[in-house]
Amino acid sequence: MSKLSNKERMKIPRQNMPEQDSLTRRNNFGEVNLGFTEELAKMEALRCIQCPKPTCVEGCPVGVKIRDFISLVAEGDYLGAAAKIKEDNMLPAVCGRVCPQEEQCEIKCIVGKKNEPVAIGRLERFVADYERDLVGIRTPQLKPKTGKKVAIIGSGPAGLSCAGDLIQMGHDVTVFEALHELGGVLIYGIPEFRLPKDIVKAEVESLKKLGVDFQTNAVIGFTDTVDELMANGYDSVFIAVGAGLPYFLKIEGENLNGVYSANEFLTRVNLMKAYLFPEYDTPVFHVKDKNVAVFGGGNTAMDAVRTSKRLGAKNAYIIYRRSDVEMPARKEEIHHAKEEGIEFLFLSNPVEFIGDKDGWLKGVKLQKMELGEPDASGRRRPIPVAGSEYIIDIDMAVIAIGNGSNPIIQKTTPDLQYNKWGNIVVNEQTMQTSKKGVFAGGDIVTGGATVILAMGAGRKAAAAINEYLKSSN
Amino acid sequence: MYKILSAEFIAPNVKKLVIEAPKIARKRQAGQFVIIRTSDNGERVPLTIADSNLDEGSITIIVQGIGKTTKELNAHEQGDYILDVVGPLGKPSHIEKFGVAVSIGGGVGTAIAYPTAVALKRAGNYTISIIGGRSKEYVILEDEMKKVCDEVFVTTDDGSYGYHGFVTQKLKELIDAKRQIDFVLAIGPIPMMRAVAEVTRKPKIKTVVSLNPIMVDGTGMCGGCRATVDNKTVFVCVDGPEFDAHKVDFETLERRNRTYKSDEETALNNYMCRSEEAMLKAANQK
Repeated sequence: MSKLSNKERMKIPRQNMPEQDSLTRRNNFGEVNLGFTEELAKMEALRCIQCPKPTCVEGCPVGVKIRDFISLVAEGDYLGAAAKIKEDNMLPAVCGRVCPQEEQCEIKCIVGKKNEPVAIGRLERFVADYERDLVGIRTPQLKPKTGKKVAIIGSGPAGLSCAGDLIQMGHDVTVFEALHELGGVLIYGIPEFRLPKDIVKAEVESLKKLGVDFQTNAVIGFTDTVDELMANGYDSVFIAVGAGLPYFLKIEGENLNGVYSANEFLTRVNLMKAYLFPEYDTPVFHVKDKNVAVFGGGNTAMDAVRTSKRLGAKNAYIIYRRSDVEMPARKEEIHHAKEEGIEFLFLSNPVEFIGDKDGWLKGVKLQKMELGEPDASGRRRPIPVAGSEYIIDIDMAVIAIGNGSNPIIQKTTPDLQYNKWGNIVVNEQTMQTSKKGVFAGGDIVTGGATVILAMGAGRKAAAAINEYLKSSN
Repeated sequence: MYKILSAEFIAPNVKKLVIEAPKIARKRQAGQFVIIRTSDNGERVPLTIADSNLDEGSITIIVQGIGKTTKELNAHEQGDYILDVVGPLGKPSHIEKFGVAVSIGGGVGTAIAYPTAVALKRAGNYTISIIGGRSKEYVILEDEMKKVCDEVFVTTDDGSYGYHGFVTQKLKELIDAKRQIDFVLAIGPIPMMRAVAEVTRKPKIKTVVSLNPIMVDGTGMCGGCRATVDNKTVFVCVDGPEFDAHKVDFETLERRNRTYKSDEETALNNYMCRSEEAMLKAANQK
């Protein structure tokens, strides 16, 4: 079977992943993508030409041995493939679902130069799901205990990947989480239909099995400060608290009832399970047969608007001030959103929210924009068109324009070095902060980014923390 | 899981819960709060820490049973456990030596005013407290306040105890009598805090209120607790909960707090029905 020539391999079309029908899925919170079957996975794996110098690996922030795991898939050794991935990535089922592979590994795929790239993300997901469903997640061997203790602040992707590496290196690891559940943005932010919570829980469980100690309800800064952790027996601290302070539009009417940040809307629905109210206690605005507008063009905006559709919204709009080509969301998410009946209003900028006499949101005044010269982000700058204001009726608004840095660590650890946006300044090679033994990574350093970049930062920090602990003997 | 060391009703529907939480007890300062969740399906509710005890590693919260979660909390007894308690959250009260400091507590708001009154006294202020309730049985923490304050005035709306009238009327009397007042802290229902702000606005007495918006995470992540102060949006959980009373937009606060009114009623009705069913079942079994 592996005797295929490259020419023959190139002839195999990229395999489609089965998904829930769009009309069905927009009424449920079940996962949209259903994953490869064994046959599809094998066929897809055969498309890989096994490059001597695999460029795909360069595109992966955590350096997963992509070629090697795909070769194992082609041979039908799925458990072997899972073990191979986990040499570099402890959360393959999560990454297989939410990584923007099309911008990272797949864009570098040689097959993709002429044809469509090998579906690396779908294969990663298949392998991880196969292992979990068949035998449960297996954990790798640990190095002998070093007697060193590391505190990790935040159980999101950066914290989890750092914890996974450090525990394997033989260090004791405690992860502190402010919320009552583990997983950070994977739990409160990304919806069930894109990343089932059971999958996050299973991957967290595998870290527990390795011996990582998790403490929920611990807001570092308040419960303990970074300095207190260092003074109380931790040899190093990794700060991975995420961005977590939502930006608002700063326009009139933003505090009307029915206006949410994406963080609040998604946290209510995902973490607190408001879509199951009153079985669960936390409510969320009743959007059934109402109009919803989500402001922003990123993945979070897509998550919010598709969530509102599933809650029964009549019309659900994405309102974005630039045009479709500038939208930062993944193509797949935009495509799925369109299939589900989401309407996109491009080149439109909100200038005012309008309420009724009781303070409930009733509409939004939008202004048309046109694109000018590229700005600092390299995207063409939207410029308001004078006299172009118009009003649309909406009952709920979700603002998904990004996050600033959360102030709690800064207020309680003022002697760390921060930039003007409140992000922690680190050495980019080592993630070392200005404070001895303290490292930081993920959104608190970069500002809002992706799950896999945060995981990459977590792994980089783990390697540097390991070196630091060795040298501080 | 957080163990309840003691639980007693101190007024109708108002329960004092002492909860084992040594870390929070060690760190908490006046004005800070915790977020509590009672069950796996539960919501997160913010409650101000009324007191702490370092020897037994406990914090005290005083809970008025209004909605489903607070009623559920108030059904807890000594020896029961609470699923999640996180804190201390929020900025501590700003304490300094103002001179004469008046702490005003309306109803269960007295539980929130109490720790700050203690801190104000410790900072060397001459402390006066005005605590009120609908009628005598709703007045709480009178003895505790008397222990720390130089003067305590008790008011009741129906005149069944102490001064007949609202806390604001008593405050106004003190101001009208030309008593020196350098600082006022007012905590209670929104209409009461708003009324206090109006009383102290003209004489320009520095006045602070503690806001009680709807919260989810309590750490700045969701922005659900935003309020309008000085025409700017603030996040009460990380920027507060205490703010300059003369700059707070109370109307917006009150309105935003009504966002889930009908859902809160649904949740409460379901809970009461279930509680009744459980009681009937228990009675039948006997």
